[in-house]
Amino acid sequence: MVTVVHENLESTEAKMSARDVSVFYGDKKAIDNVSIDIPTEYVTAFIGPSGCGKSTFLRSLNRMNDTIPSARVEGEITLDGEDIYSPKLDVVQLRARVGMVFQKPNPFPKSIYENVAYGPKIHGFAEGKDELDAIVEKSLRRAGLWEEVKERLQDSGTALSGGQQQRLCIARAIAVDPEVILMDEPCSALDPIATAKIEELIDELNGRYAIVIVTHSMQQAARVSQRTAFFHLGKMVEYGRTSDIFTNPIEQRTQDYITGRYG
Amino acid sequence: MSEQIAPTRTPVFEARLKKRYAAEKRFRTMGLGAIVFSITVLLYLLGTMTLNGIGGFQRAEVAVPIDFTQAGISADPAVMDSSGAMQSLEDQGLPQVVQYFADEALGEEGAAQIGGQAWRDVAAAIAADPGIVERQETFWLPASANLASGYEGEGSQEMQALAASLAAEGKLEKNFDVGFFSRADATNPQQVGIWGALKGSILTMIVTLALAFPIGVLAALYLEEYAPKNKWTDVIELSINNLAAVPSIIFGLLGLAVFLTVFPNFRSAPLIGGMTLALMTMPVIVIAGRNAIKAVPPSIRDGALAVGASPVQVVFHHVLPLALPGILTGTIIGMARALGETAPLLMIGMRAFVASPPDDFTSPATVLPMQIFLWSDEIDRGFVERTSAAIIVLLLFLLVMNGLAIYLRNKFEKKW
Amino acid sequence: MSLTLLLLLALGLGLAGWLAARARAWSFRRASPNGRLASLPTYHAWYVALWIILPVLIFVGIWSAIAPGLITQAVLTAPAADQLPAFGFQRQTILNEARAVATGAAQGVFNPLAREFVEPYREAIGRYNWIGVIVTLAIAFLGGVYAFLRLKPDFAARNRVEKIVMAILLGASLVAILTTLGIFVSLVFETIRFFGMVNPIDFLFGLHWGPDPMSNAENPDSSRYGAIPLFWGTLFIGAIIAMIVAIPLGLMSAIYLTQYANPKFRAWVKPALEILAGVPTVVYGYFAALTIAPAIRDFAISLGASSASSESALAAGLVMGVMIIPFVSSMADDSIAAVPQAMRDGSLAMGATTNETIRRVLVPAALPGIVAGVMLAISRAIGETMIVVMAASTAANLSANPLDSMTTVTVQIVAMLTGEGSFDHPATLSAFALGFVLFLVTLGLNFIALRVVKRFREAYE
Repeated sequence: MVTVVHENLESTEAKMSARDVSVFYGDKKAIDNVSIDIPTEYVTAFIGPSGCGKSTFLRSLNRMNDTIPSARVEGEITLDGEDIYSPKLDVVQLRARVGMVFQKPNPFPKSIYENVAYGPKIHGFAEGKDELDAIVEKSLRRAGLWEEVKERLQDSGTALSGGQQQRLCIARAIAVDPEVILMDEPCSALDPIATAKIEELIDELNGRYAIVIVTHSMQQAARVSQRTAFFHLGKMVEYGRTSDIFTNPIEQRTQDYITGRYG
Repeated sequence: MSEQIAPTRTPVFEARLKKRYAAEKRFRTMGLGAIVFSITVLLYLLGTMTLNGIGGFQRAEVAVPIDFTQAGISADPAVMDSSGAMQSLEDQGLPQVVQYFADEALGEEGAAQIGGQAWRDVAAAIAADPGIVERQETFWLPASANLASGYEGEGSQEMQALAASLAAEGKLEKNFDVGFFSRADATNPQQVGIWGALKGSILTMIVTLALAFPIGVLAALYLEEYAPKNKWTDVIELSINNLAAVPSIIFGLLGLAVFLTVFPNFRSAPLIGGMTLALMTMPVIVIAGRNAIKAVPPSIRDGALAVGASPVQVVFHHVLPLALPGILTGTIIGMARALGETAPLLMIGMRAFVASPPDDFTSPATVLPMQIFLWSDEIDRGFVERTSAAIIVLLLFLLVMNGLAIYLRNKFEKKW
Repeated sequence: MSLTLLLLLALGLGLAGWLAARARAWSFRRASPNGRLASLPTYHAWYVALWIILPVLIFVGIWSAIAPGLITQAVLTAPAADQLPAFGFQRQTILNEARAVATGAAQGVFNPLAREFVEPYREAIGRYNWIGVIVTLAIAFLGGVYAFLRLKPDFAARNRVEKIVMAILLGASLVAILTTLGIFVSLVFETIRFFGMVNPIDFLFGLHWGPDPMSNAENPDSSRYGAIPLFWGTLFIGAIIAMIVAIPLGLMSAIYLTQYANPKFRAWVKPALEILAGVPTVVYGYFAALTIAPAIRDFAISLGASSASSESALAAGLVMGVMIIPFVSSMADDSIAAVPQAMRDGSLAMGATTNETIRRVLVPAALPGIVAGVMLAISRAIGETMIVVMAASTAANLSANPLDSMTTVTVQIVAMLTGEGSFDHPATLSAFALGFVLFLVTLGLNFIALRVVKRFREAYE
């Protein structure tokens, strides 16, 4: 069985590309032979039923899977043509270039300011307090959080509401000026209003960063993304323009999923 | 048509139910009884120690008025400030002066019951305030051990009579013994103090903390955050779990066989004692540390990794600060245990008679629990009270440490 | 004293290296086109500082262990060395006295011969202090220069520093293995020496214990080294009397606290039990010797037991049992808490009373955990020293009467090692053999108990 890739995709520059990637947890194969190009200027959504491996695949894009001792990745994933699993590559640098936002908001139990400033600090992006202040403000503005928190930057990040926490995590990710932002079901723990705000934010960030979002909500995928990949049982079944996937899927399984036969 | 009665509503069942409830009540009372028993023993223990110990903070003292204007003792302030003050006063015959005025005040029989070293108290007072030698001053000097026990209504008939008559004249009373907190061990219960042992304990604990805390925390971080799952890691974990359960006396044997062989000159020094106790405390800190580190949610680590922190940065910037209260709680508990520990120190020679507080980490010392053990072996009645007083001091320290640990635990319990 | 000096010196040099390296890294950073380095300047600083401090610390550690020996050797070349007694205690005393005077720890000497050595000591100590300082400086300088020359704009200082940090972390966890190994090797070593003098069979199975530290060490009487009475005393006090007290009381306390007590009661009683567990054993020992033992003796005599000892096994065992109560209670507490709530609910939902549920369902389900807890409690009781040293006797009796005096393994270890015997005497060495037996038994108990607990936990997860 081969992945169906729609043919009408205009050829764009691929920011990241995966070739024949398989991910194992011990002996269990969680991802089977996935190949995909992630374009620079679009939002790419991974959809599929729970346990289909979409989050696993996402985590292999910035090597967060390294933290799981039994996980093993085969195949090749490149960022700007550079193999990210090459022993020569510094994983710290990779993660600075490929940021990530998680399912549950996970601000550090420190001040809002410290949360955002942490990345620039450890990477040495700012010389002096003024530059750091500027980066923090810029990141919070881009994350649409500045107006809400500018008066209380020294409050704990964990004291914010769920939606604000998630935007804080996005601000934290963009503070290190990444090229790609991976989002792992960023709205699954949020209420509809907070979700709408995050989606708006994704729209605004689109174009500045290559964004990959994993979601179990097809509506969300339809709303925020321009490219969609459908995953099922560890395989990528179909990949194409979001509008095509949702209106004219080629594969029967994609059709079944988006019409709600399973999932 | 006879109606079937449900088995749970028969009189038999209800009678049985009554019995079952009685059994329930008995069982419950037994449980409560077990707790009440434990608490009673605890209160009885603390009560006994307190009752005995209160006397231990006092000592029988005899009033001796000394008229220095007759004595002709000179106290040059320059000499009095130097370490030669004692020597100078002794050379000038201060002991004889004190003896003379004691004879005057108490009669010969009474004067014989002033501790032989009593003049040192007078000398210390002069050194502190040289102006005294121009005046008349009444000193409360420690009574001899015999007179002291006579005052308690024990010992020989003559002593009891003498004590009674002196007390009636207001020349003998029990006073709070401030010096108990500044002196060291002595052969006479009237002269002993707790400061020598306390200082020894403090020095020993400093060594223990300086070794066990960093090693324990770093080992806990390694095992919890970085250690690969392999045979070596299993061996390390197994040794730590076993060390935590090895009887403390075995650590003493290790200290004796290894540390004292390498450093034979430091027998009964706080350095060796601290090293031995550190080995014993380290596993406690490792285990507490691992639990505290485990409690830090993985999402914090993910968040830091995702902005490009290296594994070392993740741990030292995020995990360690969050786990620190838990680690500190475990450390304090481990240190409290080390502070109360006697057996391993017995093995490495810290049971010596040490009459002056230790100067540094390498001078001979004893520690609080060891002092308790040594005094408990003395026959003199005065030592019973002193032992209990020392126990109170030790228990107060432990209470403060444990209180601190409980406070930390409650204050920082799960903030995320 | 010189040790502190060397350590301060090392730290000072480390700080200097730290500052110099940071300044250098900042100069790289200003010179570089994009204002970025491969690593932050702080990491360059730490790289150099660690290269200075670590080698020096290693040197200081080794030096402080060997320097006293070198000093003594140097002193022994003094002319007066011929007059020293060839061996033993007196020779050591004279040398110690001279050293104490030379370092200023003492004012004068008792032994006139010692005076001859004060000057050589002072000289040797001074000389070796200088050598120590100079070597420290040299090592620090070499390490610092080596590290400093490696600094470059693209030098991966962070990776290097983190590798060193990882090595330190690994080293810290190896201390545990070293300690275990140290215990094992030192016990085995001395035990083998002991068994070279005393037949192991006599030791392990002999019924009479009465080593005489003053006897001829060359030809020990093996029949006086039978350890069975000690093993029996240890078991009788620690595993029988103490457990008869601790198991029912501890278990019932745990059951009451977890199943019946309201949260407020629990909040007060648990810390109280923790205090009971935190009382130092020397205090329990004193309590046993001062209060419990005489009371038991008087009670026994009033019952007509004329031979009752004031150092009875009963007194030590009872107090030890009280000491163990909180331990058993907290282990049982954990085990009962690990039983799934559903099991309890299932029983209650059938109309069982609380105590029926506890006795028929909870305790059987938690039994493996409770048994493991009891094993750990026994292992703690038989290794307990101070209570028995203070309240039990040193006389080895093989008796089943709790009012008799008995001795334990730990009491004998203390007695043998704090006595007058020389270190080479089999009586002294027997302490290590006893320690080894104690170590193996507690190790075995813990090992089994931990496995049982682990399996028990897994069963309910």
